[in-house]
Amino acid sequence: MWKLIVRRTLITIPQIIVLSILVFILAQAMPGDALTGLIDPNIDPATIEAMRERLGLNNPWYVQYIDWVKGVLQGDFGQSFRFKMPVSELIGERMINTLWLSLATLILTYLIAIPLGIISGRFNDTWLDRAITGYTYIGFAAPLFIFALVMLFIFGFQLGWFPTSGSVAPGTEPGTFAYFISKLNHLLLPALSMALITTVSTVQYLRSEIIDTKQKDFIVTARAKGSSESRVYNRHVLRNSLLPIAAFFGYEITGLIGGTIFIENIFGYPGMGELFLSSISLRDYSVMTALVLLFGLAAIIGALLSDIILSLVDPRIRIK
Amino acid sequence: MSEVLLDIKNLKTSFRIKDHHYAAVDDVTLTVKKNEVLAIVGESGSGKSAFAFSIMGLHTRAKIEGEINYKGSNLVQAGPNQMKKLRGKEMGMIFQDALSALNPLMVVGAQIDEAIFLHNPKSSKNLRKLQVINLLNQVGIPRPEKTYHQYPHELSGGMRQRIVIAMAISNQPELLIADEPTTALDVTIQSQILDLIKELKETIHAGIILITHDLGVVAEMADRVAVMYAGQIVEIADVYTLMENPQHPYTRSLLNSIPTLNDVKEELHVIQGVVPSLQNLPRTGCRFASRIPWIEESEHEASPELHEISPGHYVRCTCYKDFYFPEQAEEERNYVAN
Repeated sequence: MWKLIVRRTLITIPQIIVLSILVFILAQAMPGDALTGLIDPNIDPATIEAMRERLGLNNPWYVQYIDWVKGVLQGDFGQSFRFKMPVSELIGERMINTLWLSLATLILTYLIAIPLGIISGRFNDTWLDRAITGYTYIGFAAPLFIFALVMLFIFGFQLGWFPTSGSVAPGTEPGTFAYFISKLNHLLLPALSMALITTVSTVQYLRSEIIDTKQKDFIVTARAKGSSESRVYNRHVLRNSLLPIAAFFGYEITGLIGGTIFIENIFGYPGMGELFLSSISLRDYSVMTALVLLFGLAAIIGALLSDIILSLVDPRIRIK
Repeated sequence: MSEVLLDIKNLKTSFRIKDHHYAAVDDVTLTVKKNEVLAIVGESGSGKSAFAFSIMGLHTRAKIEGEINYKGSNLVQAGPNQMKKLRGKEMGMIFQDALSALNPLMVVGAQIDEAIFLHNPKSSKNLRKLQVINLLNQVGIPRPEKTYHQYPHELSGGMRQRIVIAMAISNQPELLIADEPTTALDVTIQSQILDLIKELKETIHAGIILITHDLGVVAEMADRVAVMYAGQIVEIADVYTLMENPQHPYTRSLLNSIPTLNDVKEELHVIQGVVPSLQNLPRTGCRFASRIPWIEESEHEASPELHEISPGHYVRCTCYKDFYFPEQAEEERNYVAN
């Protein structure tokens, strides 16, 4: 099994190289370069040309690419022209926020999906199942940004249960318990709003898997051995039904990236998604490039995690 | 005459299809004795498996009527808890397709272990493991310790079937139901598995219900044979009587359908038509009538009964009296030609 994991991890290397080339080419294709906006237009074009030469901007693309990769590997994504600070520093604190938000969303997603999917699948075609399936259809139909706005309006403004923006109350000392609680409080509403919508596909997936699994022959075998119904479900149906959910995990991460971009903007949550949209509107190229690269990496790692989890839980995949 | 283990009376198992109940097993009455192999033979769709599932109480959405008397209690009326205790403990079941009958995510040892554990929850883990290894030995698995930790997909078809058998006999059941245990296997493995079941019959002294459509298997294994057609038993006899002196047209057609290897030019005999589907089954009159259309209607009974024509030999309907081979085979051929 270790072999499989190592081999699967090695496959990500070419994926990452291709991703970085794509991101680099896209960045190059954008109009202007590092000097266009920064330099006083009254400066002699010959001087600008000399600067270009000195900065390596006239080199062929592959040389520039290698220079860029060298920088990235050392954590140097360049300067944000908007914030006038290194991109890596700028993204660093945001990334932590987004990680927390994503983690909270993931946990909530599965906390909602697994019980609902199990109930819906085990008692399919009962009124309870119909209610749950009804909810999933609403979830599929409702756009995340509209739903998030409604949640914000009800629980943030009208009821005032949750803060409406930021990631932590101003003035709280990092490291204290109050800081942690405040972080959690700011996290909860955006995470819940996203989870309630993104969970519906997992609910439906689990439901149909359970309905499928409970008709399999080995379930009859389990009953013929004398298993009680609860044992049949907990031992035999559930584990087999969770396999595809585990496989789906990586794509869940990809979906989260898209989700956080909306959610962070609506809730004014200072994360990577919020930074991404504002960087696009302000043409902060170096930040955009770095973020696209990181989002791409997250997707690749998500798929890698999926495959590793699946190989851990499904013995049929552990090919020699 | 040995003791009766299972006494089934007027068993009727019906399934609901669009507001109507259709009986897949219709008015079956038979007994299974200790230490005997009762074979149930019939085409696909004749209700053999539905019958076996009814005994085990494994149908989830069927209406079951009649009596299944086992040790003084009627299993048709038994609650889920009583059935749970019987299943796997006193009644073991061997399934047809061993690959799909095993949980793909559990090592086979753990699956057999579960069968023991469920009925002896207080037994120690090490003791159970020893028991499992013994069982694996008993069903002829060459390296039990290694196989214990293997997954079903790592084993061959014959090995898997042995695992399923080991699971079924793990608690020394008094009744063993084998639902086409050799259908999914190739011929050499088939005979090994049959030998194994025969051997087990000697060691665990269980009553065995063997469901099959293979008359070769019947001849080799069975003590008594019940022939099922369209949910009903059309003939019951001990295996010698049935093979030597079959009476019902269906039984005779079945036996006649076995190709002999002596005559190269022999044309393969086939029974015309198919078993009618549940919804299209005629509920009155002889159910086999539509497949022997050249027999006069007056030869059939209006409501066919089982007639005891010699001790222990029962035949349904009176049409058998008018049914002959091979002259009728000729007639049948002509009938089909027209």
